[in-house]
Amino acid sequence: MTVTICRCEDITEEEIVEAIEDGYTELESLKRHLRLAMGQCQGKTCIPLTERILARKLGKGPDDMDEPTARPPSRQVSFGVLAGDEDDR
Amino acid sequence: MTDKAGAVIIGGGVNGLGTAYHLAKKGYTDVVILEKSYICSGASGRNGGGIRQQWSSSENIKLAMESTKMFEELSDELEEDLEFIQGGYLVLAFTDDELEQFKENVALQRKMGLDTEYVSPEEAKEMVPQLNISKVKAATFNQSDGTVYPFPVVHGYARVLRETGVEIREHTEVLDIETSGDEIASVRTSDGKIKTDTVVNAAGGWSSDIADMVGVELPNKPYRHEIMVTEPFARFLEPMIISFHHGIYFSQSKHGNIVGGIGNPDEKEGINQRSSLWFMRTMAKTLVDFIPQFRSVNMLRQWAGLYDTTPDAQPIIGPVPEVRRFYQLNGFSGHGFMVSPVVDKVTAELILGETPSMDIDRLSVERFEGMDLEQEYSVVG
Repeated sequence: MTVTICRCEDITEEEIVEAIEDGYTELESLKRHLRLAMGQCQGKTCIPLTERILARKLGKGPDDMDEPTARPPSRQVSFGVLAGDEDDR
Repeated sequence: MTDKAGAVIIGGGVNGLGTAYHLAKKGYTDVVILEKSYICSGASGRNGGGIRQQWSSSENIKLAMESTKMFEELSDELEEDLEFIQGGYLVLAFTDDELEQFKENVALQRKMGLDTEYVSPEEAKEMVPQLNISKVKAATFNQSDGTVYPFPVVHGYARVLRETGVEIREHTEVLDIETSGDEIASVRTSDGKIKTDTVVNAAGGWSSDIADMVGVELPNKPYRHEIMVTEPFARFLEPMIISFHHGIYFSQSKHGNIVGGIGNPDEKEGINQRSSLWFMRTMAKTLVDFIPQFRSVNMLRQWAGLYDTTPDAQPIIGPVPEVRRFYQLNGFSGHGFMVSPVVDKVTAELILGETPSMDIDRLSVERFEGMDLEQEYSVVG
């Protein structure tokens, strides 16, 4: 059975496990290697799930994982709004 | 973990790993790479992936031309999809001063064998129908410029290196470089000491601090530059678009996201990789001025990285007079990714005592002592 972890970028549990075995043993590296957490949801779903996979693989607790740096804006915002267009408010 | 190495490379970015890759290609694998964070955590993983040959200085043109040829082969060589697209760079002029500079740039580039063309605002609009050309005076275009996705390049190097047994030590910080006379004796790290007589300083924004450890003064200074990415959508934008007047660049990746940045002329020197509201607003305003349809496009994420900037915006490559076998590979001033293939190859050749396949004497740190510098004007972002 294929388990999808990141729906935005279509990344499976198998791909994540393989990447960890290839030496990408932290969330920041997994993100850059697989595009994990780079999609529209910005990691809301895949980061906690990947944390658990990584913790299991490394024999650590999920709370021991370093979270990737949070990047603004925390949800998608149109350039019209950011540019201050009245019509888009 | 080894406590002895033929060469220690400081910096796990594209240039550090690229140099180790070229050494490994020649059969030399007695190398340790030290990275104080994770691979690709610095500017190599924070840039816009631009591959541009349209520069104003002959050194940068030469480095970029040769590197572009090498990027054309690199996907096959690394067996990775590097998402290298040669959609060209469309460089827009907005002022009369820029027009004059562009004339000189194109003349020099053509003389060096680069196929850069002058483009009228109308021709630019034919290439990108959505482009607002109301204030554009002219443009230059080079088809073989393009973009690459930085991560698979760096991760591709790392995979090959791991397969050949080269040690890449992440989360290992260099604390000191010990010398004996004018020779390097060892590198002291947060995780033990490594004996070596050869060090490559590929530490990006931190390279001046590394050089300080052996009393070598580099003129490089780190400056924050910010960048952002949008949601992905169907590809419509072929070239990378840049304007030196606005300090903006943006392109659409193979994945469909718009990736771009804009420089802050008031940015202060220093190590700062935080995101600013100024950037978010200024980028949005400028982008919708360039392409009004972008109003409805969503920005997804912004981040920042460091330009390791030299006084003439050209890199520092090669040995230094004070310490033997201490090779510089820094000062890239915002274009270290795009020129990496050739400078990494040359650095590997220098380490092995071979004659460099490209003359890089003018990129020595010694040029800053009294010599007339050839200023690079075409920096963006």
